[in-house]
Amino acid sequence: MTSIGVYYFGAISLILIGLYAILTKRNLLKILVGLSIMETGVNLLLISVGYVRNATAPILSDYATPTNVVDPIPQALVLTAIVIGVATTALALSVAINVYERYNTLDIEKIRGLRG
Amino acid sequence: MVKRILAIIFILVIGFWIANALAKVPFGEDKMLVGKYYLENVKEQTGAINAVTAVVVNYRGFDTLGEVTVLFIASTGVAALLWRRREERSAEVDGSLILKTGSRVLLPFIMLFGAYIFIHGHLTPGGGFPGGATIATAFLMIYLAYKEYEIDHNLFEPLEGLSGVSYVAVGLIGLAIGGYFLFDWIWQIWEVGDIGRLLSAGFIPIIYTIIGIKVGTELTGIIDRMIKESKEVEG
Amino acid sequence: MSEWVGIFIVALMVLSAIFAVEWRDLLAAVVGMAAVSLFASIAFFFLQAPDVAMTEAAIGAAMSAAIFIFAIKRTQRYESEEEGTGWWVRW
Repeated sequence: MTSIGVYYFGAISLILIGLYAILTKRNLLKILVGLSIMETGVNLLLISVGYVRNATAPILSDYATPTNVVDPIPQALVLTAIVIGVATTALALSVAINVYERYNTLDIEKIRGLRG
Repeated sequence: MVKRILAIIFILVIGFWIANALAKVPFGEDKMLVGKYYLENVKEQTGAINAVTAVVVNYRGFDTLGEVTVLFIASTGVAALLWRRREERSAEVDGSLILKTGSRVLLPFIMLFGAYIFIHGHLTPGGGFPGGATIATAFLMIYLAYKEYEIDHNLFEPLEGLSGVSYVAVGLIGLAIGGYFLFDWIWQIWEVGDIGRLLSAGFIPIIYTIIGIKVGTELTGIIDRMIKESKEVEG
Repeated sequence: MSEWVGIFIVALMVLSAIFAVEWRDLLAAVVGMAAVSLFASIAFFFLQAPDVAMTEAAIGAAMSAAIFIFAIKRTQRYESEEEGTGWWVRW
């Protein structure tokens, strides 16, 4: 397990579970839940790519020299991506609320049937 | 049922694909390229000891400005989509006594902790993004406890715009002094403070305070928009 | 030791993700999603990313769940049961 990395497994599983929800579910909010899980999976994948074994967090001190800390760049990317993710999810949820108030349903197939 | 089976086959194919790609990326091995350069030079070039903060604010500060802009657009979009002529909260009762009293006691401490996180971003884990989110959760708690509570829009919306403008202003001062946008003139020219102290790392604490205020006000604005419902006029 | 904790956390995370997708009650699904975020935050901490762990704990477990719950309150709580024709037929 050490050579493969259990975190890779977890990240890929989260991405696939989210994709499954997006493909099969018909409720708009459930699709957004799937999208959110997928986003967490992608973030976990990026962080685990940057991990270095037996290294410490990238906060330099006398004991954490540049040779034994993990890669800071994926962490910096993910840090902002999480906050952006929640804001865009809020935007998608407002669209879903508007759809519900207009059509009185969250079922994407019924909404598609109502189209023009 | 057919749909589920097809979807499972599809995701298994994609999973195999991703796993194949990741087999070439060994877990836990040192594969830094530009990260090494940042780690070796972060103390001299930026004065921060938290390398993540230095990358977010200093080396890639322009990207962060773009991300803050995305956040602003998303928040504005939520406000535009959920705007109603008459809106009010549908909660009928306040929270329980324990929730009300507890939230009133905890509010200043959560705000203080959020401020601590974004002011000390260059020394300890954290920074503007988690600090702002912590402040937003403090307002979320007050919203859940008191049904009458509403943030002061006359204070929050100017604060949001002002913090965005001051981020650009800090960048423009750098442009005027050092020759390029978001140049860290406080550390590179004035050399204020020593490494490892609160007063160090040039403009990182300033920018992170701005980002913390911006993220906090915007997420609070999103909460405020989403918790209020439109009042039904017709059945 | 820490490796086994990591395996345990990842197992719980995947389990909560499966529950979050499969539960018909959307409120329960959102709680499952928040649990995924919380376990992911612990995983970030084990991967030596304390900055990201703090952000994920504040955003993923509190803010994200809260906005989903507000959206559910303004729409409907249960997913409909019926199985329709697939998306590929209607295209």
